[in-house]
Amino acid sequence: MLWSRVATIAGFLMPAALLYIGLVLLPVIQAVYYSFFRWNGLGPLQSFIGTANYARVLGDKVFRGALAHNLTILVLSLIIQLPIALGLALLVRHNLRGRAVFRTIFFLPYVLSQVVTGVIWNFVYLPQGGLISRLYQAIVPGATPPAFLAHPNTVLAALFVVITWKFFGFHMMLYTAGLQNIPAELEEAAQIDGCGRLQTLRYITVPLLGSTVRLTIYLSVLGSLQFFDLIWIMTTGGPVNASETMATYLYKFGFLRFQLGYGSAVAVIMFVLCFGFSLIYQRLVMRRDFE
Amino acid sequence: MTTRQVQASAASRRGMVAAAKYAVAISFALLVLIPLLAAAINGFKSNVEVLLRPFSLPTSWHWENYGGIVRSASFWRQLGNSTMVMLAASFGVVVLSSMPAFVFARMNFRGRELLFNFFTLGLLFPAAVAILPLYITLRQANLVDSLWGVILPQVAFGLPGNILILRGFFATIPRELEEAAAIDGCSPTGFFVRVLLPLMRPALAAVAVLTMVLSWNDFFLPLLVLNSEKLYTLPLGIMQFQGQFGTDWARVLAFVSLSLIPTIGFYLVAERQLIAGLTAGAVKG
Repeated sequence: MLWSRVATIAGFLMPAALLYIGLVLLPVIQAVYYSFFRWNGLGPLQSFIGTANYARVLGDKVFRGALAHNLTILVLSLIIQLPIALGLALLVRHNLRGRAVFRTIFFLPYVLSQVVTGVIWNFVYLPQGGLISRLYQAIVPGATPPAFLAHPNTVLAALFVVITWKFFGFHMMLYTAGLQNIPAELEEAAQIDGCGRLQTLRYITVPLLGSTVRLTIYLSVLGSLQFFDLIWIMTTGGPVNASETMATYLYKFGFLRFQLGYGSAVAVIMFVLCFGFSLIYQRLVMRRDFE
Repeated sequence: MTTRQVQASAASRRGMVAAAKYAVAISFALLVLIPLLAAAINGFKSNVEVLLRPFSLPTSWHWENYGGIVRSASFWRQLGNSTMVMLAASFGVVVLSSMPAFVFARMNFRGRELLFNFFTLGLLFPAAVAILPLYITLRQANLVDSLWGVILPQVAFGLPGNILILRGFFATIPRELEEAAAIDGCSPTGFFVRVLLPLMRPALAAVAVLTMVLSWNDFFLPLLVLNSEKLYTLPLGIMQFQGQFGTDWARVLAFVSLSLIPTIGFYLVAERQLIAGLTAGAVKG
């Protein structure tokens, strides 16, 4: 009886465990190991160089720039993208005819691949004949429209617009789900007690949405630290590394230049950032959201 | 003011608030839709006209942009590859995450929470971290440049989140049902196969749909693993097409728009399941 139970449990866990350990956990540990070597991915691992890869990564201006770009995207997402998403979730909450249609439209970009999104927005940003340059010329006749993606000072902002376009619907949808869990009685009670609409929103609705807000912040931070697809398609990190992210940097060194040891050091730094953030944030901020 | 005037001004204020709400909602809807519609419509133009008048309807409809792609074998092959990877990955995820989820939701044993945390550890870091050694592993296993080299890692990386989602769903089944099944002589495996899985079809659908969308859109993994053109999935095909016809925007946009049709169609059919999966994963995660 006991043995059959153990066998059942083991049999149910084993297939998933094998795949998960082999293709998810082990590679992370291997990345740590590789990061202490100089290795081109072929032949045996033999030139152990200690922490030299880390010193080189952290000393590289391009990597520090990439990290700064990830952090810029992160901050912009928190202060612009999430408030837009929350605002729209409140807007399409009730008393708005056609709200289901609006929600479907707002969520649509999330379903598209980042590749499709990137190609379409390359067209939108096209300096000669793109949608934005045509609009610009219509407003300022005769002017040369700026090439947002080609200029180091504007490229990150331009990409952030696309990131917001792609992901605001996802966060809006989470807020919408959170709002549905707030009992209507609470807001009605507040209004009976003399709260205006905005006061109800400020003192009842938004505080009750706390756990969802904390969650979207969490997802947004983790997402911002690992941007790749969209940026690779739109700028490949350029011009002159002005839109490099940690992931594009990792790809360039690990795969295009076959510096696997060095690329692994980048991966480990990403891992430490994400894992560290996850643990601290879950301990300190989200703890009260778990039962 | 008389009562009637007060009512009238309140009503007109409410009307103005409603109008403002619509204005905001419609502007955002347009911001979402205009790039997509512009892509689809400009796919019908000559390239010169795309660049001259991106906002207008085509003066003459160039069906050959779309026609050329529909008649090309590579588009259908990429569509087929994407479909195969998507179906295999979502089948794998549903099977392999429902089994541990069942153990974690319905069986009591020492070390259960520890094992569960072990399985969900993967949620705390991005796939990019594992990608270099994963590539080496796949190379050793002769899986580079094969669709399995995409499918297996997609399943593996889908496990943590979906085990979490399904455990939440599986925990909602009343214990009495399990006891009744046990009295009728049903083993835990029998209960899992004959009672739990059929009851949990909506949850399994949510997990499957979520995995399908992620797999269909995956770019990083296929980019690394697939070298030969005949194995390309749609995202790789789009990238290649853009590289090849980069300046011929009419054709690039036609290609992108065609590739959007299955995505959007699927979304309109499965929106509910997708949202159920995402919110369940997010709220419980």
